Amino acid sequence: MGEGSAMLQRLKSRNFIPPADAGVSPLTVAGLSVAYHRRLVLRDVDWTAPAGGLVAVIGPNGAGKSTFLKAVLGLVPPLTGTVEVFGRPLSRQRALIGYVPQRESVDWDFPVSALDVVTMGRYGLIGWGRRITGAHRRAAMEALDRVGLADLAKRQIGQLSGGQQQRVFLARALAQEARIYFMDEPLAGVDAATEQTILAVLRDLDAEGRTVICVHHDLQTVAATFDHVLMLNGGVVAAGPVAGTLTDANLRLTYGQRAAGLSLLAP
Amino acid sequence: MPDSQTFLSIDLPALLAATLACLSCALVGNFLVLRRQSLMGDAITHAVLPGIVAGFLVAGTRDTFPMMAGALTAAIIAAILIELVRRLGRVEAGAAMGVIFTAMFALGVVMIEQGAARQVDLDADCVLYGQLEGILWFAPQGWASLADPAVWADMPRQVVQLAAVFALCLTLVLVFLKELTLVSFDPALADTLGLKSWMVQHGIAAMAALAAIAAFEAVGSILVIAMLICPAATARLLCDRVPAQLGLSLLVGAATGIGGYLLGAFGPHLLGYDQSVSAAGMIATLAGLILALAILFAPRYGVLARRKRLGTVDGVLV
Repeated sequence: MGEGSAMLQRLKSRNFIPPADAGVSPLTVAGLSVAYHRRLVLRDVDWTAPAGGLVAVIGPNGAGKSTFLKAVLGLVPPLTGTVEVFGRPLSRQRALIGYVPQRESVDWDFPVSALDVVTMGRYGLIGWGRRITGAHRRAAMEALDRVGLADLAKRQIGQLSGGQQQRVFLARALAQEARIYFMDEPLAGVDAATEQTILAVLRDLDAEGRTVICVHHDLQTVAATFDHVLMLNGGVVAAGPVAGTLTDANLRLTYGQRAAGLSLLAP
Repeated sequence: MPDSQTFLSIDLPALLAATLACLSCALVGNFLVLRRQSLMGDAITHAVLPGIVAGFLVAGTRDTFPMMAGALTAAIIAAILIELVRRLGRVEAGAAMGVIFTAMFALGVVMIEQGAARQVDLDADCVLYGQLEGILWFAPQGWASLADPAVWADMPRQVVQLAAVFALCLTLVLVFLKELTLVSFDPALADTLGLKSWMVQHGIAAMAALAAIAAFEAVGSILVIAMLICPAATARLLCDRVPAQLGLSLLVGAATGIGGYLLGAFGPHLLGYDQSVSAAGMIATLAGLILALAILFAPRYGVLARRKRLGTVDGVLV
């Protein structure tokens, strides 16, 4: 085991992960409300993430899906409410959290290579003012390889296709070796090959016992891809296993009449 | 060409000051350019003017410390006012900056005029265009005397100060390059990793203010803007990695500092004129010229290269 792994162990030991059979949820959100400029975007969200299975966060445009992710990650300050990761406050469990933002959130002309971006996922482990060691670069390279981009490691990120850019973001999250992953529309606008790669990685993460929570835009593919669903529209409309939660009634409550007739009843 | 004594006493200190000012501004400017916040350099250099004048009027001397303290106070007040306007007016950051820095600059100009009316030795030209030609080093007596440490101990205050600021900025950038790059690229990731992005962002603004204030005395508050942006923007067009961009921007900064000074001081003589032109003005002009060349001819991001690529099959580089 390399130096990076030892460092990881040390860092992880400062964060608390209870044994799998202790029944502590990876993520508990209680009474979470968020406002932008005095406009309430999310109202009193209570939600407990399931211990296993891929989770989709769905809802119409402006329902507060991205805001929900950002508030849970501590990127926007909530008005009220608490977020607990494995039963402890988020601020003490940062190393357990990975984030894949929307592709549009950064400047892709920025002068960094794909490998540079993936290595950024390990900066939290490396620490302020410390050098990036070979072990961290190797871990970043492995993450790139996992999304099929090892050959493009040295390429400037602006010269990658949209799908490849999305995979770089996923690889960066993998390099973090987090326990809970939050992803903002990881499958939006990607090519078929990228979609297959990302879906395979998501299932692997789930199989490894990690929690994956994705904002998802495509109602047609929710049932085929995800196990759980959190339906938002300014607050929680419904949450639970896809079968039994993704019903016509709940869709109508979430999306209004537009969803009526889509016939997305879970099998 | 001047004799060696004139060169050592007049040209060498000015050359050193100009080059060090260019190096500090070029280095720090990289992070303004990378964050697409070039306007912030503009805002800082304008907004500190009333602070500099106030520091001067209160202390009554041209000592650096009161002016520095005044400038830093003004920078902090400007940052608070910009944030207030942005929140209360709900306008974008650029608009808030535009309102605040022009208003504060205007206040500075009024204060200079009021000071001048009270027979205070402070003129607008010196603040706006700098006083490179006023930096004198009397100690050296011929080239051989440079071997004497006592001669170096008498180096003009401005040069020592600029060297210290450059050394500080260079050290900070080298130690925290990882954090500066991360926060410039993706501040949200930095926050989720627990590396507080606001600290780095304020650090960048503070370094820019420091470099700008140290350089203003040499090249003037207006021309500092050119040095904060031009070398970094030139390097940005020519490089694909952050460390390469930093290195090239320093090279461009030094070249414009030295080249601009020599052109301003000796160029007119070579053309048969009897006068020299403003060195600070020449430095900024040269910096702008180099940037223009880079915009046109940069191999990948230049106008010509992009136009050429539009003619190719898909416009994608391999």
